[in-house]
Amino acid sequence: MATQNLCTVERRGRVHLITLTGAGEHRLNPALLSAIRSAVAASAGAGALVLAAEGKYFSNGFDQAWASTAPRHLQATMGGEFRGLVADLLALPMPTVAAVTGHAAAAGCGLVLAHDAVIMRGSRGFLYMSEVDAGLKLVDFFAEVFREKVPDAVNRRDLLLRGDRMAAPEAVRRGIVDKAVDGGVEDVVNAAVAEAEKLAARGWDGEVVAEIRKAAWPNLWSKVKDYGADAPAAAARPRL
Amino acid sequence: MCTLEQHGNVFVLTLTGDDEHPLGLPLIASLSSAVASAKAAAASAGPGAALVTVAEGRFFSNGLDIGWAGTSRTRLMELADALRPLAADLLALPMPTVAAVTGHASAGGFLLALCHDYRVMRADRGVLYMSEIDIGLPLPSYFVSMFRAKVTAANALRDVLLRGTKLRAAEAKEMGIVDAVCPGPTETVAKAIKLAEQLAARKWDGDVYASIRISIFPEACKSVGIVEESDEEKVKNFASRM
Repeated sequence: MATQNLCTVERRGRVHLITLTGAGEHRLNPALLSAIRSAVAASAGAGALVLAAEGKYFSNGFDQAWASTAPRHLQATMGGEFRGLVADLLALPMPTVAAVTGHAAAAGCGLVLAHDAVIMRGSRGFLYMSEVDAGLKLVDFFAEVFREKVPDAVNRRDLLLRGDRMAAPEAVRRGIVDKAVDGGVEDVVNAAVAEAEKLAARGWDGEVVAEIRKAAWPNLWSKVKDYGADAPAAAARPRL
Repeated sequence: MCTLEQHGNVFVLTLTGDDEHPLGLPLIASLSSAVASAKAAAASAGPGAALVTVAEGRFFSNGLDIGWAGTSRTRLMELADALRPLAADLLALPMPTVAAVTGHASAGGFLLALCHDYRVMRADRGVLYMSEIDIGLPLPSYFVSMFRAKVTAANALRDVLLRGTKLRAAEAKEMGIVDAVCPGPTETVAKAIKLAEQLAARKWDGDVYASIRISIFPEACKSVGIVEESDEEKVKNFASRM
């Protein structure tokens, strides 16, 4: 599978930076999810992780065009890979930062919130849970991402039940995003890397970071842990 | 006791009369019937409906009919048990819901308002008030579940349930319990209907809307007896949406 051109990895100081490449929508299909998971696995030894993207989009969600050719695989492959990526991020032995360089919709928004911290481009791009508009229900583990990470009832309702498009200033005001950064994509990436470097400088024991994180979001962890890279063999995994 | 009218794609449910609209068995039954009618009418009309609940007079509702219950705990439990499925019907309703808090909403009346997706409240009069602590009544567990789900601002749950704080509209808005504040009852109803029209205009699939509502407040929905769909059932409609 030619996944190398789907995302790049680089080290900046102690920070492992993953960038989704190209000007497209970075739709989360099995190929891209697999590439991201490999890139996450390659973070071993780093002090913090940043996930960013080139272009106008961080990620516009699942690849529906791909799924329409194989709908029954949607749940099994894309869903399983996405669930596995969330598990990998939750179990990662270092702090994680999402650099929301562009639009993050649906599963793309879920991926953002699976990180410990979120830095977002101030003047462009929004978070958008498009499912209510698209007529798609939320499977349990996916809703759990938002139940854990968006505790405020009004925020949860406005994001998921009203499908609000939230730009950075509003997302920061609501506490959904940590920081808004002026400028272009590179400025956002630099700010996210700087934030990640600060977190790495705390010198936390990575295993402890992972254990505390899993304990902080226990409902989510319990629903994704069997899909992670370190989970028991695939044969033991629940069938979908 | 209550009426149901349709204004375009907005259903307006009105608690009629100038009394406290106590939630006794007859009013609960009347409301349940009206909610069921709205649901049935929307099902045949297709996507893009919304419900607004308003009340005449100085009260939205002062809660379970403790006048009827008297000193009988059995009767009080009977009322709580009767209200629970109405709460479930509202939480499972396949359309957005708006409560126009046109007057005092206390105890079960406050709960009724909370069972809606949005709340618009008049500023000039009326309070949201969980009186149970002051009266010395325990809370049905599904009441607590609803408040735990929807009242998440710091200290808000404590203030509302454990201190019996009487909330005027402005304070309720700051706590995230009310979404919009209007000067008086007429503006409150107008704003609630306008909000409902905007929500209805999104033309959301009702079944999906209700499913997402249940996804975001699963414990509260479970506490009123709603059984959430399995993932297998949820994904059945995915293929047709792609």
